[in-house]
Amino acid sequence: MFELGPIFRALLRQKVGAILIALQIALTLSIMVNAIFMMQQRSSQMARPSGLDEANLFYLSNTVFGQNYNHEAALADDLRLIRGIPGVVNATQINAIPLSGGGWSMGLQHKAGEGENSIGVAVYMVDDHGINTLGLELIAGENFQLTDIEWRPATSVSWPARAIVSQAMAESLYPGAYQSALGKTVYINQNEAVQISGIVKTLQAPWNGWDGVERSMLVPFQMETRNSRYIIRTEPGRRDELMPIIEKALAESDKNRIIRNVTSLEDTREDSYRSHNALNKILLLVIVILTLITAFGIVGLAMFSINRRRRQIGTRRALGATQLQVMRYFMLENFLISTLGVVIGAIAAVGLNIWLVSKFELAPLEPQLLVVGVLALYLVGQLAVFYPARKAAAISPATATRSV
Amino acid sequence: MFAYYLRLAWLSIRQSYGLSLLMVLAIGLGIGAAMTTVTVNYLMSANPIPTKSEQLFYVQLDNWDPHEPANDNGDPPDQLTYRDSTALWAANKAFRQVVQAQMTAVLEPEGKDSLPFQVSGRANSADFFAMFEVPFLFGGSWDRSADESMQQVVVLSQSLNDRLFGGRDSVGEKVKLAGDYYQVVGVIANWQPRPRFYDITTGAFNEVEEVFVPFSLISQQKISRNGNTNCWKPSGEGYEAFLNSECVWTQFWVELRNEQEKQDYLTFLNAYVSEQKKLGRFERPVNNRLSDVMQWMENQQVVAQDASLMMVMSLMFLLVCLLNTIGLLLAKFLSKAPQIGLRQALGASRQDLFTQYLTEAGCIGIAGGLLGLVFAWLGLQGVQALYGDEMKGLAELDLAMVGLAMLLALVSSLLAGLYPTWRACTVQPSQQLKSQ
Repeated sequence: MFELGPIFRALLRQKVGAILIALQIALTLSIMVNAIFMMQQRSSQMARPSGLDEANLFYLSNTVFGQNYNHEAALADDLRLIRGIPGVVNATQINAIPLSGGGWSMGLQHKAGEGENSIGVAVYMVDDHGINTLGLELIAGENFQLTDIEWRPATSVSWPARAIVSQAMAESLYPGAYQSALGKTVYINQNEAVQISGIVKTLQAPWNGWDGVERSMLVPFQMETRNSRYIIRTEPGRRDELMPIIEKALAESDKNRIIRNVTSLEDTREDSYRSHNALNKILLLVIVILTLITAFGIVGLAMFSINRRRRQIGTRRALGATQLQVMRYFMLENFLISTLGVVIGAIAAVGLNIWLVSKFELAPLEPQLLVVGVLALYLVGQLAVFYPARKAAAISPATATRSV
Repeated sequence: MFAYYLRLAWLSIRQSYGLSLLMVLAIGLGIGAAMTTVTVNYLMSANPIPTKSEQLFYVQLDNWDPHEPANDNGDPPDQLTYRDSTALWAANKAFRQVVQAQMTAVLEPEGKDSLPFQVSGRANSADFFAMFEVPFLFGGSWDRSADESMQQVVVLSQSLNDRLFGGRDSVGEKVKLAGDYYQVVGVIANWQPRPRFYDITTGAFNEVEEVFVPFSLISQQKISRNGNTNCWKPSGEGYEAFLNSECVWTQFWVELRNEQEKQDYLTFLNAYVSEQKKLGRFERPVNNRLSDVMQWMENQQVVAQDASLMMVMSLMFLLVCLLNTIGLLLAKFLSKAPQIGLRQALGASRQDLFTQYLTEAGCIGIAGGLLGLVFAWLGLQGVQALYGDEMKGLAELDLAMVGLAMLLALVSSLLAGLYPTWRACTVQPSQQLKSQ
């Protein structure tokens, strides 16, 4: 079949060059497959929806420094002011911003008491405008009523009677039947009863690296704090125009506080995933350069071995081999070398992955990716050897009769 | 002779400039990638206080939930409760000790036009400055009695002093912080340990705070703390209850000058915990830890996983580049077989040839190393641009790294050159001359 036998025997006489190429292909494959895999994982993390109307949301910090300050009245004034500004859809005070990295977590448990199994959940404290402001989709139960909203003094540790949970949290509490969570009573802070009065489809926790990132709950609280945050939803396209307007309006309405950190949720998302994005770009660059280096290495060595065999190729041509057959010889030779490379590479890729999994927090490799990587490297090899092979095919049969 | 080899190397490099360029490029890229990641790792894991990193210890006690450890690996919680750290501080058993937490406050500058602004701060006891070798520009630290009597004193950072007082000696002046007046006792000179080892919990690469005030003011709720707080059981209603709760949010460092002091302090800690056990606290097994600076940084994984991951990848990348170079050098040297045969026939010894071709490999390596430095510099710029503030001060080449890059380039190119050179030297002159 073709000239596999002669090619193979010729390769054995030039082992080292072939082995070097094969090793390069092997290393390239193992790095490439693992790098692509890491990129995929990070991209899929970044693609998870937060559940919020991110494009039209922004938030700001309100830091109060005046003494003898009436927080409750000031909050009511602020919210009335913000909600009254044309272009604002809704606004609420909130204790933590999804994706921001800073927040509050508690545990919910089925039975009251110490030592009971509890499930971690991110807590968002909002008022009855919370769901509308964040743009959440309520899939069961109902929103908080005005009468549900409690005033929470700074040092308070008690919890309200009702809560709305995310679907993922409901699912964690009642596996396989999240709907049944509605109306159930669970315990927060070990022994305080909370009734689940609603379920929202998606609402992510503030920590994107947490394995419970989809588990969250809303509680009807307005907080007394010297450092509060307001989150504001605008009509589509009006966010950037309203951000400075609202900042100015709030700053001027009350001189006993500072308004700062006016930030859009889109910026928060970018910040939150900055290192993910950065690593993905670096990995992509590594893959591209690595592939180029390997390809150029193949070209270089192929050119060299063809130059060494000019007379031999000329002789073959003189004996009747067509140009196509000469090309085929070198393409097949590269195919054989690549095969050795990808076999070693596939084993190395899995080995590297096992090591990475043990050393870093990574998931095990998907086998499909390995197949894609193998095919890609065969292709790279064939493309790289194409130009030298054409050069070889162009060697004139007359070369055989000339002495060097 | 060496100059002659250099000339030969230059001629040979010029003769096959395409191949040589490819090799220089490959080594350059490999070295560039490796140096970029090695630099980031090196700066992340740098010893921030080399003179006494082995004498400063971070204290951990295990007051956690009897049913569940604080960390899956059995480590005690990262911080201490207020009652424990203040009790340890009051006991005063170490050479120096500091209790601390992060805080924030609004500062109202004098003058009608100046707007109030938020400052980052640290509430700490007096020893902080001496323990961590904080350099002072003006004045100095407050002393232990100021902590005990809850004096409203403050130490400012240089930048804040510039902003408030135009850089002059402000010791004795007052600043209005969180609604109260504080007397300035000192201004610290520019100081930014990297990593910021004294508080890894709130961020190992954060900026040093702008104001420092006595920790005891926290009990008066004069200042609002804003670090991490973790609780395993409800704390009860009110601030007093919170201070007495099992929530951890304070940090405690001690300075112990020798092994004897360290052993004595561990004994003291064990005695303290047994005492507390009698009060029904500390239900978990005794699990007291003293970690020195480097141990604590390792325990807290200061070197980001991504950074070490990238370093592994870049070292493998360098390996590919070297394999590439070996292959290309082999091709190049073997194509010189006729020339080698001729030179051997004319009397060159194998050793001469060996030196000559290794010189050529070394030249390519040095050129690759220089190119690698350029790539490393570009790479670090890129890292800084991609990661932003997170990498501030962590992506700078220093002289040690430049030296390492050149060394790495030279050694790896010589290693890569070894086999091809050896092959070139084993050429049989007779065979080569015959075919001419």
